[in-house]
Amino acid sequence: MDFPILTTLIFLPAAGAAAVAVVPKTREDIAKVIGIAVAVAEAVLAIFMLVDFKVGEAGFQFVSHQDWIPDFGISWHLGVDGISLFLVLLTAVIFPIAMAGPKIHGQPKAFLGWMLLLEAGCIGTFLAMDLFLFFLMFELTLVPMYFLISGWGYANRVYAALKFFIFTLAGSAFLLVGILAVVFLTSSGGHLSFDLIDVARRTSQLTQTEQRLIFMGFIIAFAVKTPLFPLHTWLPDAHTEAPTAGSVILAAVLLKLGTYGILRFGVFLFPKAAVDLGPILLTAAVIGMTYGAIVAAMQKDLKRLIAYSSVAHLGFIVLGIFAFTSQGISGGVLQMVNHGLSTGALFLLVGMIYERRHTRQISELHGLQKSVPIMAAVFLVVMMSSVGLPGLNGFVGEFLVLLGTFITHRWWAVVGSTGVILAAVYLLWAYQRVFHGVPEGENAKMLDMTLREKAMMAPLLLGIVFLGVYPKPVLDRIQPSVDHLIAHVQHADPSLHLPTKGVGPVVAVGRDDNVDGGSTASVTSGSANAAPAPVPAGGTP
Amino acid sequence: MNASYIILTMPLAGFLALLIFGRKLGEPAAGWLATAAAAASFVAAVVTFFSLLGRSADERSVIKSIFAWVPVAGLHVDFSLQLDPLSVTMALFVTGVGSLIHLYSIGYMHGDERFPRFFVLLNLFLFSMLCLVLADNFLFSFLGWEGVGFCSYQLISFWFERERPPAAGKKAFVTNRVGDFGFMIGVFLIFDHFGSLNYHDVLTPLMHGTPGALATVTATGIALMLFLGAAGKSAQLPLYIWLPDAMEGPTPVSALIHAATMVTAGVYLMARVAPILHYAPDALTVIAIVGAATALYAATIACAQDDIKKVLAYSTISQLGYMFLGIGAGAYSAGLFHMITHAFFKALLFLGAGSVIHGLHEQQDMKKMGGLKKWMPITFSTFIIGWLAISGIFPFSGFWSKDDILAAAWGSHGQLGKVLWAVGFLTAGLTAYYMSRQVALVFLGEARWKDTRHPAEAEEGAGLQGKPELTQHEPVAQSSGDATQVEGAHAGAQPAGGGAGAPGGGAGAQPGGGTAGAPGGSAGAQPAGGSGGGGGATPAMVGASASTHAAVGTATADHGEHAGHDAHSGDPHEAPWPMAFPLLVLGALAAIGGVINLPWGKWDLLSRWLEPVFPAAIAPEPHVATAVKLTLALLTLALCLGGLALGLLPWLRSIYHPELEPGLLKNAWYFDHAISAFVGGPGEELADFAAYKVDKGVIDGAVNGIAGLTALGGRWLRKLQTGYVRNYALGLAGGAALLLLYVTVRGGG
Repeated sequence: MDFPILTTLIFLPAAGAAAVAVVPKTREDIAKVIGIAVAVAEAVLAIFMLVDFKVGEAGFQFVSHQDWIPDFGISWHLGVDGISLFLVLLTAVIFPIAMAGPKIHGQPKAFLGWMLLLEAGCIGTFLAMDLFLFFLMFELTLVPMYFLISGWGYANRVYAALKFFIFTLAGSAFLLVGILAVVFLTSSGGHLSFDLIDVARRTSQLTQTEQRLIFMGFIIAFAVKTPLFPLHTWLPDAHTEAPTAGSVILAAVLLKLGTYGILRFGVFLFPKAAVDLGPILLTAAVIGMTYGAIVAAMQKDLKRLIAYSSVAHLGFIVLGIFAFTSQGISGGVLQMVNHGLSTGALFLLVGMIYERRHTRQISELHGLQKSVPIMAAVFLVVMMSSVGLPGLNGFVGEFLVLLGTFITHRWWAVVGSTGVILAAVYLLWAYQRVFHGVPEGENAKMLDMTLREKAMMAPLLLGIVFLGVYPKPVLDRIQPSVDHLIAHVQHADPSLHLPTKGVGPVVAVGRDDNVDGGSTASVTSGSANAAPAPVPAGGTP
Repeated sequence: MNASYIILTMPLAGFLALLIFGRKLGEPAAGWLATAAAAASFVAAVVTFFSLLGRSADERSVIKSIFAWVPVAGLHVDFSLQLDPLSVTMALFVTGVGSLIHLYSIGYMHGDERFPRFFVLLNLFLFSMLCLVLADNFLFSFLGWEGVGFCSYQLISFWFERERPPAAGKKAFVTNRVGDFGFMIGVFLIFDHFGSLNYHDVLTPLMHGTPGALATVTATGIALMLFLGAAGKSAQLPLYIWLPDAMEGPTPVSALIHAATMVTAGVYLMARVAPILHYAPDALTVIAIVGAATALYAATIACAQDDIKKVLAYSTISQLGYMFLGIGAGAYSAGLFHMITHAFFKALLFLGAGSVIHGLHEQQDMKKMGGLKKWMPITFSTFIIGWLAISGIFPFSGFWSKDDILAAAWGSHGQLGKVLWAVGFLTAGLTAYYMSRQVALVFLGEARWKDTRHPAEAEEGAGLQGKPELTQHEPVAQSSGDATQVEGAHAGAQPAGGGAGAPGGGAGAQPGGGTAGAPGGSAGAQPAGGSGGGGGATPAMVGASASTHAAVGTATADHGEHAGHDAHSGDPHEAPWPMAFPLLVLGALAAIGGVINLPWGKWDLLSRWLEPVFPAAIAPEPHVATAVKLTLALLTLALCLGGLALGLLPWLRSIYHPELEPGLLKNAWYFDHAISAFVGGPGEELADFAAYKVDKGVIDGAVNGIAGLTALGGRWLRKLQTGYVRNYALGLAGGAALLLLYVTVRGGG
C-alpha cells in the first residue's frame, strides 16, 4: 500500500498539537521549536503531494478509504483533486508563516498548539470525502479559532470571538440538519452512507423541493463562513480583533472553507438546485462585491478596511462558482488561492505596522513610505495584486471569473466588473493616506522590515508574481476537475445553458466520471445521459 | 524577427537590474543603465522594422510566441508578439521618444534623492508600453495597458511627500479604471462572440469587409466599450479630468507618458480594432464627435491657463481629440500620423517647458517668466519649432498631419462631417492662439522673473521657507558646468556652483540634492554638502520648492520671492547637454517629421506602410477632391497664422488681459470642480451611510439582534460550564434530536 499521505497530512499537525501541549510550561522554547518544525514538515509534505499529483486527471487522487463507523455508513475517506489541491498547499504553506512570523503576545505554547490543531482541521476539511468527516473537521476549526481570537486578540476580542463562534455555529446547525437529511433521504433499504460519492449518485432521486431545501441549508452554513452578503458582519470584528496570525489564517484559509464547501458539497451534491438557485447567489455575490468595496472605502481602521475587502473578494469567488463555466469556476478556485496570498500578506503587513505604531487608525498613520520604503514597496505590490493589476495573481483569477460569468450571466458580470474600479478606490486611497506625505513623530521614527519579516513575506510575494505571470501549471491541475464538475452539473440539468463559444472541451466531456453518472440508472440520470450531445466547442465565424 | 524579443527584454532587464541594484548604482549610473536599455530596445525596433520592410506587403505580419499565460478550456491567451506595420511603428516611436526622454531625465532628475527609483519606473513603463503595442491579443495588451497605468500612477505621485502629487496619481489610476471597466467588458464581448482574444483570430476574418461578417449591434457594443477604455487612457471627454492633474509628476514623465506615448494608447487600440469599427458606423460617429468636442473643449481651456505645463496638458487633450476625430472619420493612418508628429512636437514642448522650469528653479507660472529667449537659446529655438509645428504652420510636421485629419473629417459622415471639420478648424485657430500666448509669455517680452527678485531676502528667506514638511525634491538647480553650457555670460555667473564640492562630474548643485535627501531636513542643513560658495545656492532652492507647496491653484512657485537668491546667480540657465540633446533631436523631428506622410503621389509613406493593417476594404479613404483639400489647407493655414498673431500681440504688450481669460475657462468649465464636489460630497456621504448606517446599523443590527439572543444563551452556558464543549454539545444534541425525530417519522410513515 502506498504511503497514506493525506492521512498523514491531517495527523501530523494534530500530533504536533498534542506534542506541544505536553511540553512543560517552563520550556516554551521547546514548544516553539516543535510547533514550527511540525508546520514546516507539513508544508514539505504538501509539496511532495503536489509533485506527485498527476496533471490532467479529473478524479480524486491519493484516495484513502477505511471503514470507520460502518453501522452508519461513515468512513475515513480522503482524497484530493484539482479543486482542493492548491487549497491544501496554501494551508500548509501559510501556517508556518503565520506561526513563525508575527510576534505572539501571550503564551506561545498554547498558541502554537491551537494553531496546529486548526491546521489539522483545515486540511481535514479540504480532504474529507465523507460528509460526517467533513462536518467534524469543519466544526473542529471553529474551536481553535475561537480560542485564538479570544486569547491572543486585541481589546474587543471576547465580543468578536463570541460573534464569530455564534455565527458559524448557527450556520453549522443548518449544515448538520442538511447532512442528516440528505443521508437519510438517500439511504437505500435502510443502508446509510455518508460517503460523498455515494450521496452524489443518489441526490438526483430526491424531489426538487428536497434538493433545494437541503442545498439552501448547506449554502447558509457556507455563506456564513465565506462570508456572503448579508451574513458577513462577523468578519470585520473577528478580523480586526484577532491576532495577526489569526487574521492571516482566517482570511487565507478559513474563509475558503466556505467557498470550498459551496463547490464540493453544495454544487456537487445538488447540481440541479445549484443551477436553479444560482441567480440568488450570483446576486448576493455581486452585492457583496460592490457593497463590500464601498463600505471598505469608508473604514477608519486599516485592518477593518482589509477585512471588508475580503467581503468584496469572496464575492468574486462565489460569482465564478455560479457561472458554471470552466473559466468561472477555475477562476474562482484560483482566486481562493490568490486571495489567501494577497490578503494574508496584507494582514501580515498591517500587523507589522501595528507592532511598531500600536495603532491601526488610518488617520494616525502618515508618510510611511518615507520612513519605511521597503515595507511600502512590499505593501504596494501586494495591494496591486489585490486591486487586480495584470501581471500579478489577482488579475488572472478576477479576469477568469468575470469572463466566465459574462458568458452565461452577462449582467451580473457587468455589475461585478465595477468591483475592479472600486477596489482601486479603497486601496489606493488607503495607501495614499498611510504611506504618502511627510511622516512626523512616531511615523518618522518607524523602523523598516526586519530580515525575519522579509523572509516571511518572500514566499507570498513569490506566489503573487508567479501566479500572475505563469498560472498555467496551476490552471492545468485545477481545470480537469472543474470540467468534470461542470459535466456533472450538466448531467443533472441538461437544460443548463452552456455557451457555444470559447468554453472548449468543457462541453465535450461526455461522462460523469466523478459520480459515474451512468451506473446508477435512475430515471433522472438516465434522461440526463440521453440528453443531446453537448455542442462542440469553437465555431468561430 | 528575433530582434523583436530584444525590444521587450531590454527594458524588462533594465527594470529588474535597477530594482535589485538601483540603489547601489545610484546617480547617475542608474540613469545611464536605464537609458542604455531603452536605446538598445530602440535599436532592436529598428532592426525589426527593416526585417519587416524586407518582406512583401502581405507577409508583414509575424506572430512570435513566448509562452502560454492563461489557458482555460477554450480560452488560450499567450504571451505572444504580433509584428505588423502598426505594432512596429508604435514600437519605433515609443522606444525612440522613450530613449530621448530617458536621457533627458538623467539631467532633469539630477540630485533627486530617489533618482534610481525614477528610472526603475521609467524602464517598467517602457516595458509595459511595448507589451501594449506588441501584444498579439487583447489580454496581453491589457497587461501593458494596466502596466502603463500603474507606472503613471507611481510617477505622478513620485514626489509623494508633497500634498498634491499623491492625490493626482490616485485620481489618474482610478479614472483610468473607469475606462478599464469598458475595456474589460469589450474584451468579454469579443470572447463571447469570437471565442478568442487573439487579434489574428478576431480581426483577420473581418479584414475583407464582407458585409454581414459581424452584426452591427455586436460591433457597436464592442467598439463603444473599447472606446470607453480608450477615452480613459487617452483623456477624452468626460474622462479627461486626470490628465491636467497628472502634471504634478516630474516633467519628463509628463513628456513621455502624458503626452507622447501612454495617452496615445487609446488611439492605438481604436486603430487596432479598425476592422470591428468598420461594422459599427454609429460607434465611429460617436468617436468622431467625442474627439472633435474634446479637441475644442480642451483648446478653449488651454487659452486661459497660467501654468506652463497645464497649457500643454490641455493642449495634449485637445490634440488627442484630433486623433480620435481622425479615427472616427475612418482615416486611421491620418490619426496615427498625427500621433507620431504630436509625439515629436509635444514631447519637445514638454521637455522645453521642463528646461524652463528647471532653469527658473521650479517656476511654473508663465506670468512670472518672460524674456527667456536670451537666456536659454537652445530651449528657445527648439521650443519655437514645436510652437510652429503644433500650430500647423507650413512646412512643419503638425501642418501635414492636422490637415490630413481635417480633410478626412470633411469627407466623412456626410453633413456632420462639415460640422466636425468646422470644429477642428476652429480648434486649429485656438491652438495657434494659445501656443503663441505661451511663447509670448515665456520667451518674449520682458523678464518678469527679474522684477520680482528680492535679493536682500535671499538668505534668511530661504532659511525660513525651508520648512521640514516641504522638503525639496524637484531636481535642484543644476548649475552644470557642463560642456553644453554655451553662453559665456552665464557660465561665468555660476562658477561657485560648479565648484561646490560636487565630485560627480561638474554637477555643481549637488549640495541641493544633499539637502533634499535629509528627511525633514531644514534648509540649514545644506552646508554639509556645499564646501564652497555653492552652499549658498542650496537654501535658495529649497525655498523655491517650498513655495511650490504653498501656492494654490494653477500657479505654483512664487519664484520671485525666494528663487532669485542663488548665491551665485538667480538667472535662468540653459539646460545641460543630456537635456539639450533630446531637445535638438526632437526639434529636428518636429520640423521635418511631416515627410513620413506627404500628400503627394508616392510620398504618403506611412499610409502605404500601414495599408496592410487598414486595407481599403475596411478603411476606405474618405473622398475629398484635391482642390477642396488644398482650399481647406489654405483656409486652416490662414486661420492658424491669424491665431499666431492674435496670440502674440496682446500678450507681448501686457500680461493682464482678464477679458481674454474668463473665469469659466480658467476653471476649465468647472467640470472637474463639479465632479470633485459630487464625489467628495453626496458620493462620500452615501458611502458613509452604507458603511455606518446600513452595515453597522441595519445588517449587523439585524443579525446582532438574533445573535444577541444566542450570545446571551452562550454566555449563560459559559457560566454554567467551561465553555465551548457545552456549545458544541448543544449543536450536536439538537442535530441528534432532529435525526431521531426524522427516523421516527419516516419509520412511522
